[in-house]
Amino acid sequence: MANIISDETIEYVGILAKLELSEEEKEQAKKDMGSMLDYIDKLNELDTSAVEPMSHVFPVHNIFREDVVVNGDDRENILKNAPEQKDGSFEVPKTVE
Amino acid sequence: MDLLSLTAVELSKKIKAKEVTVIEATKAVLNQIDKIEDKINSYVTVDKEGAIKRAEEVQKLIDDGSLTGPLAGVPVAIKDNMCTSGMLTTCSSKILENFYPTYTAEAVLNLEKAGVVIIGKTNMDEFAMGSTTETSAYGPTRNPWNTEHVPGGSSGGSCSAVSANECFFALGSDTGGSIRQPSSFCGVTGIKPTYGTVSRYGLIAYGSSLDQIGPVAKDVTDCATILETIASYDKKDSTSVAREDYNFTEALVDDVTGMKIGIPKDYFGEGLEPEVKEAVLAAAKELEKKGAIIEEFDLGLVDYAIPAYYVIAAAEASSNLARFDGVKYGYRSEDYNGLHNMYKKTRSEGFGPEVKRRIMLGSFVLSSGYYDAYYLKALRTKALIKQEFDKAFEKYDVILGPAAPTTAPKIGDSLSDPIKMYLGDIYTISVNLAGLPGISVPCGVDSKGLPIGLQLIGDCFKEKNIIRAAYAFEQTRSYTGPFDK
Amino acid sequence: MSKQYETVIGLEVHVELATKTKIFCSCSTEFGGAPNTHTCPVCTGMPGSLPVLNKQVVEYAIAVGLATNCTITQNCKFDRKNYFYPDNPQNYQISQLYLPICRNGSVEIETEEGKKSIGIHEIHMEEDAGKLIHDDWDDCSLVDFNRSGVPLIEIVSEPDMRSAEEVIAYLEKLRMIIQYLGASDCKLNEGSMRADVNLSVRELGAEEFGTRTEMKNLNSFKAIARAIESERERQIDLLESGEEVIQETRRWDDTKEYSYAMRSKEDAQDYRYFPDPDLVPVVISDEWLEEVRKRQPELRDEKMARYAKEYEIPEYDISIITSSKHLADIFEETVAICNNPKKVSNWLMVETMRLLKEHDMEPEDIRFSPANLAKLIELAESKVINSSVAKEVFEKVFDEDINPEEYVEKHGLKAVNDEGALRATIEKIVEANPQSVEDYRNGKKKAIGFLVGQTMKEMKGKADPGMINQILTDILEG
Repeated sequence: MANIISDETIEYVGILAKLELSEEEKEQAKKDMGSMLDYIDKLNELDTSAVEPMSHVFPVHNIFREDVVVNGDDRENILKNAPEQKDGSFEVPKTVE
Repeated sequence: MDLLSLTAVELSKKIKAKEVTVIEATKAVLNQIDKIEDKINSYVTVDKEGAIKRAEEVQKLIDDGSLTGPLAGVPVAIKDNMCTSGMLTTCSSKILENFYPTYTAEAVLNLEKAGVVIIGKTNMDEFAMGSTTETSAYGPTRNPWNTEHVPGGSSGGSCSAVSANECFFALGSDTGGSIRQPSSFCGVTGIKPTYGTVSRYGLIAYGSSLDQIGPVAKDVTDCATILETIASYDKKDSTSVAREDYNFTEALVDDVTGMKIGIPKDYFGEGLEPEVKEAVLAAAKELEKKGAIIEEFDLGLVDYAIPAYYVIAAAEASSNLARFDGVKYGYRSEDYNGLHNMYKKTRSEGFGPEVKRRIMLGSFVLSSGYYDAYYLKALRTKALIKQEFDKAFEKYDVILGPAAPTTAPKIGDSLSDPIKMYLGDIYTISVNLAGLPGISVPCGVDSKGLPIGLQLIGDCFKEKNIIRAAYAFEQTRSYTGPFDK
Repeated sequence: MSKQYETVIGLEVHVELATKTKIFCSCSTEFGGAPNTHTCPVCTGMPGSLPVLNKQVVEYAIAVGLATNCTITQNCKFDRKNYFYPDNPQNYQISQLYLPICRNGSVEIETEEGKKSIGIHEIHMEEDAGKLIHDDWDDCSLVDFNRSGVPLIEIVSEPDMRSAEEVIAYLEKLRMIIQYLGASDCKLNEGSMRADVNLSVRELGAEEFGTRTEMKNLNSFKAIARAIESERERQIDLLESGEEVIQETRRWDDTKEYSYAMRSKEDAQDYRYFPDPDLVPVVISDEWLEEVRKRQPELRDEKMARYAKEYEIPEYDISIITSSKHLADIFEETVAICNNPKKVSNWLMVETMRLLKEHDMEPEDIRFSPANLAKLIELAESKVINSSVAKEVFEKVFDEDINPEEYVEKHGLKAVNDEGALRATIEKIVEANPQSVEDYRNGKKKAIGFLVGQTMKEMKGKADPGMINQILTDILEG
């Protein structure tokens, strides 16, 4: 395998993605990501130096909204699915020490 | 007459002709579900009461003449990644096990306006990440043709439901082949429209630049009719495209004389099962007999589509799925210690292995130092692939090939080796990268008795070409479902 | 301290734009409101929701860019900035990294050291986050998404500033420009203008920049000045004691006058920016650019120059009056009616400023109409009311925007200019106060003041003091 994924990398990606992996899962993830990257490295066979990255397939641009208030108070609906709520707000663990 | 064997358009005709009532049709479907659902598991949610109630309303609206459309009164199934107001919407994930949207996806709204009856939400690979519908948190769906086998994916539940007569048609979504490949495995017809044709508003995103909603049905006529109904320019979706022409049913003519059809040699190389190859080439011959001009050509870059796709889709998914964090909706871990631990516990317990795998990959390819090497490289490759298709469509009206290299694999065979599973999407993925329309139509069964799908690819906004070709081909054979053996 | 140090400061200024709706949805941006009452699926990150750009945001961003001499990026895009935090509903913020709408601008500031140009690296559009309220009782935090999706522009300066004075001059300048454009009210205390300070120190004359820190949560000019001083000292102390400055984000606590590092191992500062696939590029044609340019209002510098030419009022008055667009508007409209710039300026400079201070209000809070100020000035100028009455009436105008003419009529405040009646009263007063008359005649000229006062009292303040003086002197001298 050309791409060796270190424990640090898996640890780091775990922090970025907010995923906590068990030891087995980490080992599996290292293998999977390594082989995926090996496979993806196939793209390096292509010379793309002269090509612009294409994020949108169609040249659509300038899709705008006019600055007019349409939405009213929809709090009841917005909070309907909240796992925890209080005083019309979403409740989360304390964000400050 | 067996009600369930009717197509959606046939059923609606009979309903409007008062030969059948909406209730009868709805109950027929619900009975079929009771009969076989425990073997197939097409649905995550079946809304019996809601369906019956809706059927009565719709019947009234048809009777008083306010509903006259070609799909009025038809019982349908919706893939579980489309928001349906007040109806559980899970993306087949534990993390949305209790999510009841407060609004309905635009495509589904368009169907409701047309007077359909929603039966329920169909099973899928978790967040549409998979090709077998085995990664669902609610158990795998089984192929109605042989329950040892997978229905394909990620819209496996939609395709098995149509194939098993658990609904008259369904909506699926296609990010890398998720409509066309399971359609082929289940012997039904499915269209992935040109990117931007059907609004993505209310579709829970996987790969935003690739996702498109499309129809899954028993024949091409149904598919064209459904697409005509769900396609719309939607101001709520900035990537929605205002098209001049939405009359897809105009293309339902049995005439391909002079139509130029290209067959990419690269689609018939190693990995393709001989029986599939045979059936697909036989289909090409049929079209040739009808006057189409068939020609082989080199498409090129076929092998680069999958790696490019996995970089782009995983990157977008890692960002799109960040919102599932236990704060606003869905699952939140039972015990955690502080905010970040709550995030990690919730997401680690809420997401399945395949979803985690892609989120990890996507986070990695976007992380500092790798963005150019992976993400931009993939976007450049995407541009090259688009160019290849542009060149091809200067010569051809339609590109013809298989929808998948094999028929449906056995349950459990694919997940063991991700790359092998990813390779199954080789013929469908580049179509999403280039934003093209593609259709999969049944073209035979293999010796195991499993359906084979023919894929027809059109140029952007040229759905009519593939609908015409598919319709013409369809006239050369009759529809067979899993139970017509 | 043996070595001499130089402070190098760059600013990241966030400005909330004065649009009616949020940047990507049609929810109101109105300040306040019960938690989550200005929200929808888009600004709360509901699954399946999609953003659609508010055109007015682009127009404001272009206007600010033009006013700060920026190059407008005619093909710009939005990117996702990925990080997890509860006030960020999608756990990514839609912002601009690769192609910000404005680049390479500058504004000129003036301090004791004279004029100086501060470079603007870029201006980009982005969405604001929600608000977190900390609940100590239940030991949790509560998320309110009313501010989530409110449009912001972030103005990133070059590291061109060297002192708190320069920083504040720069902020004042930006605020003035943006207020004049009507793109924002720029209130630091309400958070519609926020400044993050990037600060580093280096030995005087050094080429290399030192390691910088970023300071957040500065919500007044005073706080900014204090934070800069304290951070400058902190960094110098570190260097002096041979330690290193760590590149980090620090949060300023203005009550403790101390900043602390915000970094935790859970936020690797790796935002994984990539173009938002849900939004399409913004293409700004030359025509569009011209339209916005044409619509640009007169900015403060131009206004000051014009006032100096058009009205004969002192430089100082001009700088005070133009320091608030609202004040300047009142000035111009009033002058347009009564055509007496000097008087209008006086009333604004003296009485208005006094009352603002008394009520501790900002010029923006002035509510009286130019018409009523003009009427008042005319009444005073034509001696229909005397100056003390005028002041009294103005307070009414200031508080309730009353119509001075009606008010004076209703309360009979017209000055009595009928000499006969006045003379009669004065004679009464003179008779009643022989002692003062005596004193006056014995050369205690000051005694006349008492008599004038008495007369004024008798006349309920409605007589013209000049006239009283004159008649009194006749009588006493005669």
